[in-house]
Amino acid sequence: MSGAVKIAVLDYGAANMVSITRALAAVGAEVGVAADPSGIAGVDALVVPGVGAARPAMDHLRDRGLLEPLRRWVHDGKPCLGICLGYQLLFDMSDEGEAPTLGLLRGRTVALVDAPTLPHIGWNSVEVVRDHPLFDGIADGSYFYFVHSYAPAPVDQNIVLATTTHGRPFASAVARGALYGLQFHPEKSSDAGLRLLANFVGLVAAAAASAAGAPSGVAGPSAAVGPSAAGAA
Amino acid sequence: MLARRVIPCLDVANGRVVKGTKFVNLTDEGDPAELAERYAREGADEIVFLDITAAHERRGTMLDAVRRTASRAFVPLTVGGGVRSVEEMRDVLRAGADKVSFNTAAVAEPALLTACAERFGSQAVVCAIDARRLSATTADTEARWEVVTHGGRCPTVLEAVAWAMRVVELGAGELLVTSMDRDGTRSGFDTELLSAIATRVRVPVIASGGAAGPEDFVAAVRDGKADAVLAASIFHRRTHSIADVKAAMAAAGLPVRLNEASVS
Repeated sequence: MSGAVKIAVLDYGAANMVSITRALAAVGAEVGVAADPSGIAGVDALVVPGVGAARPAMDHLRDRGLLEPLRRWVHDGKPCLGICLGYQLLFDMSDEGEAPTLGLLRGRTVALVDAPTLPHIGWNSVEVVRDHPLFDGIADGSYFYFVHSYAPAPVDQNIVLATTTHGRPFASAVARGALYGLQFHPEKSSDAGLRLLANFVGLVAAAAASAAGAPSGVAGPSAAVGPSAAGAA
Repeated sequence: MLARRVIPCLDVANGRVVKGTKFVNLTDEGDPAELAERYAREGADEIVFLDITAAHERRGTMLDAVRRTASRAFVPLTVGGGVRSVEEMRDVLRAGADKVSFNTAAVAEPALLTACAERFGSQAVVCAIDARRLSATTADTEARWEVVTHGGRCPTVLEAVAWAMRVVELGAGELLVTSMDRDGTRSGFDTELLSAIATRVRVPVIASGGAAGPEDFVAAVRDGKADAVLAASIFHRRTHSIADVKAAMAAAGLPVRLNEASVS
């Protein structure tokens, strides 16, 4: 598919790569897997997936030479999406194993407080607290699939797009510029998840177009990937 | 609010979905990936594959089925049956599964649960507990259940509620509790067994064994305190659809994810 946005999913041995790569492909992205820095050359966006614990994940990113390229990428303001553990890693520190993490967003990842069941496994509703194109076409309160015991507590409340309650409310989606984080798994969240990924791909396309100096709107979100793309997948 | 999950279970042998009674008279019901995708479209919150392939011919066919399923059904996938090591679990997860369920292997080698939880996180480790009710003695003040393995053929000395608490300590992040008294009988879930376990552990409990109709799913959650309900034959035989079950649960005031309603 010519003109498709190119996305590299970081492979650091901590994620179900099949689901995330196929879900992004299903909404029209050209998807590659980056197990070392060469894999992110020439792409439009990075996705940091992941399940498991923070400390080994940081070690694996470092071992594969991906840590500094990822930091630079985000500092340069290029599009990046962290999912689940990949979202938690964006913050300063994780209480899970007292692990220092990427420090791209201010705040700590803390254990879910007052949770009736742990891990928090299953479909929970995502309450949108700030309008954002990432949630275009997705009804407020839609269910997404969660699998985690910790969640970030962002210092800057302005980055919070949505919250979810399991025990107490926590930030289930954030955005700061082109940096996005989701505590849930869109690649496991059926139609709502595919729609959100389609919105992300649309945002990446718009960013790529504006970086290339094209007039805004030419490669807008809904041009290539709309609800029908999600529904048909 | 966390939705109560409805989970169809598919028996897979040699990479094909099969249907049969007590592992005999198996008939070919189709391709796992196709059926999983159909269930996902119909509102399944998760899919469970139970590998009933003979041990010596196991590996390749299941991994291929998992890979193809994860490529087209974008809901969580759990694989149970036949995983006996950290390396085998890694292969199943890398093929696209989200969780692995341990049953006989956990009884034989409880430390496996810990090793897998340390490597992949407890959220990926499900412990399946097959339980059979013990006949009451005069000393009993409440019902007791024994853990059985090999489809109920092998009794163990383990008491089910104590075993449930132990496997959670060892690292299991979720329990799949099957009543062997009810399995295949279509007489409803053993809600007493379910609540005895669910009220003593903090991890989610999946109810299994005995589903006949939507009202049984309601009872498993309301009376059994289960977080999720699993069934095989009533969905395969199309006795009831996933939508029927969810509608009954919603009508009973239970939180469920209703299909298609999420995307406007």
